[in-house]
Amino acid sequence: MSDEIKKVNGIDEGFDEISEYFCDARPSPVSPSANRIVRNFQNWAQANSIFILGFGTGCGAIELRPLFTARYDVSRYGLFPRPTPRQSSLFIIGGYASIKTMKRIIRSYEQIQNPKFVMGLGSCTVNGGMYWDSYNTINRLDHYIPVDVYVAGCMPRPESLIAGFDRLKELIMEGKAEGANTYAENFDWYKNNQKKIIKNWNMPEYNW
Amino acid sequence: MKDTIDKIRSMFDGGDADEKREDLVFVTVPATQVVDCLGYLRDRAGYRHLVMISAVDYIERGVFQLTYLLHSYEKQNDIGIRADIGRDDASMDSIHRLWAAAQVYQRELREMFGIDFPGSPRVDEPMLLEGWEGIPPMRRDFDTKKYSEETFFPREGRKTADPATHMAEKNYASEEQVKRSVKDLVRGRRKRKGNDG
Amino acid sequence: MMEVLKQAGYSLATLMVVMNYGLLLVGLVTIIVARVHGRIGPPIWQPYINILKTLSMRTALSHGIMFYLGPVFRIVGGIGLLFFMPVVYGSSWMQNFSFAGDVILVVYFVFFGMLGMALGAAESGHPYSAIGIMRGLAQNTAAELPFALALMALAAQHQTLSITDIVAAQQGGIAHWNMITNPVATLAGMLAFFGMMMHSPFDVHLAPQEIPIGPPTEFHSSYLALMQTNRSIFHAAKLILFMNLFFGGATSIFVMVVKTFALLMVVVFAGVVFPRYRVEQSIRWFIRIPLAVGILAVVISAWK
Repeated sequence: MSDEIKKVNGIDEGFDEISEYFCDARPSPVSPSANRIVRNFQNWAQANSIFILGFGTGCGAIELRPLFTARYDVSRYGLFPRPTPRQSSLFIIGGYASIKTMKRIIRSYEQIQNPKFVMGLGSCTVNGGMYWDSYNTINRLDHYIPVDVYVAGCMPRPESLIAGFDRLKELIMEGKAEGANTYAENFDWYKNNQKKIIKNWNMPEYNW
Repeated sequence: MKDTIDKIRSMFDGGDADEKREDLVFVTVPATQVVDCLGYLRDRAGYRHLVMISAVDYIERGVFQLTYLLHSYEKQNDIGIRADIGRDDASMDSIHRLWAAAQVYQRELREMFGIDFPGSPRVDEPMLLEGWEGIPPMRRDFDTKKYSEETFFPREGRKTADPATHMAEKNYASEEQVKRSVKDLVRGRRKRKGNDG
Repeated sequence: MMEVLKQAGYSLATLMVVMNYGLLLVGLVTIIVARVHGRIGPPIWQPYINILKTLSMRTALSHGIMFYLGPVFRIVGGIGLLFFMPVVYGSSWMQNFSFAGDVILVVYFVFFGMLGMALGAAESGHPYSAIGIMRGLAQNTAAELPFALALMALAAQHQTLSITDIVAAQQGGIAHWNMITNPVATLAGMLAFFGMMMHSPFDVHLAPQEIPIGPPTEFHSSYLALMQTNRSIFHAAKLILFMNLFFGGATSIFVMVVKTFALLMVVVFAGVVFPRYRVEQSIRWFIRIPLAVGILAVVISAWK
């Protein structure tokens, strides 16, 4: 599998990209602060400054753009687009996810730092939507990465998305949006599910 | 158009012309003659543009029907060349030397139908189905619903409804009632007329 | 010795004031840009929440030693720039350090942070970081040319290389400002100022559309918090530098705020009106008119 990557990137012989660039350590859950006041304060900060990584996998992503325009303007609520997974905390899956896309979703998800939240946008992420019997699109997103909020609809309007953001903020404030820790605790189950559909796993086991 | 069709039929053992529109005709030729026929059409008859290559799975007849659709900018019309190939061990001559762009279609057909095009560049590389095992998904003996249920963890509680009746009942109840009463009225009148006559 | 320690304490206090002022300026600029777009925009204290949020991220990872040092170098550039010029001239505590050649040092500090970021971003290994750094360095170098020429003209005019002396020479009313006494150098400096403030039309190194976020693509958690803090300090420090050089400095905090705010608005309004230059366009722009004006300023100063 690493041979294939080497060939694509044209890197010298004997250079193992995966061991060189990526860590093979398993993720470990990091519990939130034990002090109640500090924890609440951190949750408040997390809820009021959410950096969004929008992943336009399907048609749902078309409903993300109006959110940043004059009509809906989510920057009022402290939500900003951030095009890099390292800095963002909310990962929005915009619609159906094919198997090939799932690879990218998993890699991007694992690169986000610990308090990370996932929003499934559209019916396709809930139960497959209109692609429920397709050979190539997943049915339930929460079997591959932990999902905090689903916004149902085909397509959901930007107003529904804003309602979803409100719900997510409530969850963060209550300290219930612990998707990253869930992922780390049930790492084997998630990896099994991911590997069941991704047959040629030509990427690192865990790419932080 | 007519001359070209006649030429194809005489030179390449073409079958009957299936005229769909004034500017769209399909001709069936034997699979072995397809590359020659397409070469003739491209170089002599002016059909320089390959619109697409498509396949249909006729599982009842045990064949794949390939369709090569060509367009002529001068004559402003399209000719489709059809050819049947056997479903078992399906293989076809590649036309990537006539149109380099054809390799993309051939790769796709290889991936989705399992039709081999020996010699076509990168034909064995998957475009979408990385690491696919089993029969190609666009073949009709592939049960996509069963595959999806086995692979993708279906969520419980999905209900199915016919869109037309569902919409009529949920969203347009009053319109539906009016429609029904009008229908009854017309039917009743017809009945009475029948009785009178 | 005691004198230096006292001054260091005062400078730290100044740093805190300038940092908060810079954070509010960043928040305000976001609101102004949003209003121009017809949006409402985030609250003005949003930069504070952003920093708190990035600090409260639970995990962080490193790509190597330069990855750590990149944001540190960047903030050293911002703080160093601030520490070697008077924020408020004549004030006992916002006077900061000064010595005979600090104009030269300040030019280095403007560029220092960028170079530190270049090393850190290169270590992160992300191609977009490298592209952003390349564009940023090229454009900043082009913008530094007219700025350096304007500084030379000022140094020749006042026969000094100390910012405090340049500010001292401008005291006594608007007629003594370099804006009036040396308009050509001011013009060259202000044109360079557009490029150094990193607002549109000269923000191609961030280019959110093509190379997601430029140099800081891989920086996260505490690294990002450090860079966000530096953004505010560096922003305010550059404004204070230009105020000191061309617009008579400030004798009270109020005057400082008014003057720097007016200076910032020039850049922000230019930014919301004009679209972004590509890097080769911006470099061409800088080495045509601003460079010619800068050379003219030096020639005039030498003539006198």
